[in-house]
Amino acid sequence: MGSGPGAHLHVEGTTLLHRMSPHTKLVGLLAFVVLVVSVPRDATVALLALLLLAVAVLLSARVPARSVLPRLAVELPFLLFALLLPFVAVGPRVALGPLTVSQPGVEAAGALVLKGTAGVVAAVAFSVTTRPRDLVRALQHLRVPDPLVVIASFMVRYVDVVTDQLRRMRVARASRGFRATSVRSWPVLAAGTGALFIRSYERGERVHLAMVSRGWSGRMPVTAPLAAAPREWAVALVPAALAAAVSVGVRLG
Amino acid sequence: MSVPVLDVRGVAYAYPGGHQALYGVDLHVHRGERVALLGPNGAGKTTLVLHLNGILVPGAGSVVVSGLPVSDENLLEVRRRVGIVFQDPDDQLFMPSVRDDVAFGPANLGLRGAELEDRVVEALTAVGVADLADRAPHHLSFGQRRRVAIATVLAMRPEILVLDEPSSNLDPASRRELAGILRSLDVTVLMVTHDLPYAVELCERSVVLSEGTVVADGPTRALLGDARLMARHRLELPVGFSI
Repeated sequence: MGSGPGAHLHVEGTTLLHRMSPHTKLVGLLAFVVLVVSVPRDATVALLALLLLAVAVLLSARVPARSVLPRLAVELPFLLFALLLPFVAVGPRVALGPLTVSQPGVEAAGALVLKGTAGVVAAVAFSVTTRPRDLVRALQHLRVPDPLVVIASFMVRYVDVVTDQLRRMRVARASRGFRATSVRSWPVLAAGTGALFIRSYERGERVHLAMVSRGWSGRMPVTAPLAAAPREWAVALVPAALAAAVSVGVRLG
Repeated sequence: MSVPVLDVRGVAYAYPGGHQALYGVDLHVHRGERVALLGPNGAGKTTLVLHLNGILVPGAGSVVVSGLPVSDENLLEVRRRVGIVFQDPDDQLFMPSVRDDVAFGPANLGLRGAELEDRVVEALTAVGVADLADRAPHHLSFGQRRRVAIATVLAMRPEILVLDEPSSNLDPASRRELAGILRSLDVTVLMVTHDLPYAVELCERSVVLSEGTVVADGPTRALLGDARLMARHRLELPVGFSI
């Protein structure tokens, strides 16, 4: 128990980032990401500055590197795509050592890496300092439609339960001599996946029964409302404001 | 005689597929009683439990909770009065934290703020796990989850606590501790169980449900001492256990 992917996202701490209200952090993060994307792609220095800003915010959370680095791996596919861009993009070619690559491709790749990394670093800074429960509260507070909030909430709650069930099924298969070695084992794996789906579906029905039994009538009650002072909002929006300033500054200058 | 907390009369029910689970069940539970509902697998115990708070609607007969008939317009109040604790705590505890989960029921009743917080603390204290409020349910031991599941229902201040297999999957120490907690609660209890020693320990009275009807209703020790009744309805005490 407690070994699923959900268990490791949040890292305890007492820094400013940990203490901030989750909804201000979430809005600050979204605004920052959108504004970073809006910066013109040839403004390399400006993008680099914003990336450093995101890194500074992440460092301020004082979370050990070993719990942060694996999370940054979500960006790898984008980095891979960025590496390919100079070779597949069209336009004027420039020499890069023994190779010739596309000039716009290089620029696009650079911007993609900088913008993507800034966004991922900021998102990781959010996720390591926000409890899953608080993320759900923030979504609810920001008027995200109830069904989506409930889905997010149940995912947080049940990811470990389902992972555990999957692990038990794998152990049960292995205990009877099963090894996935070739295409011929796929039907077994498919049947297992189907069984897991049906079990989860049945659990959903039982959870629904338990909810109805406690007076649920279709809306999730707000049991712990969130509130934030204007000053807290101001702090949360600082990175976004800097990104906005950079974006406007680059366009004007 | 006072108005019974639970007054089930002639309840019959057939599932939409056609399988008839209950054939006219009568059951009365009075305030302060702890009653065990016994019976073999497939006797209709769970089906009966789901009638007590209006999840299932009887094909014939009626269910009345402290004078209030179970009907569409009374559903919310009936669900406050009848607190069902399901067998698997992972089904019962569906919120990301213990505090949110215990608050779920009373919040549906309209409680907010300090009043809601008081209920949460009161319910968690009653089952001895007030220190777990900020934990996530999947980080608790099974015994702790079972207790929190009971707290989620106690927070609604029910008139009757309906427990589905409360001792299942508990180690002997947790099982004994839970018995102490159940005894300490000032609430009427209906306990569905296969754990006959637990029934003897906690419930003075037992009701035996078999093939959809009540076949016996009386003092637990007398029923479990009746070898013919026990054998006929596939009830057995553990080897070496005597009353």
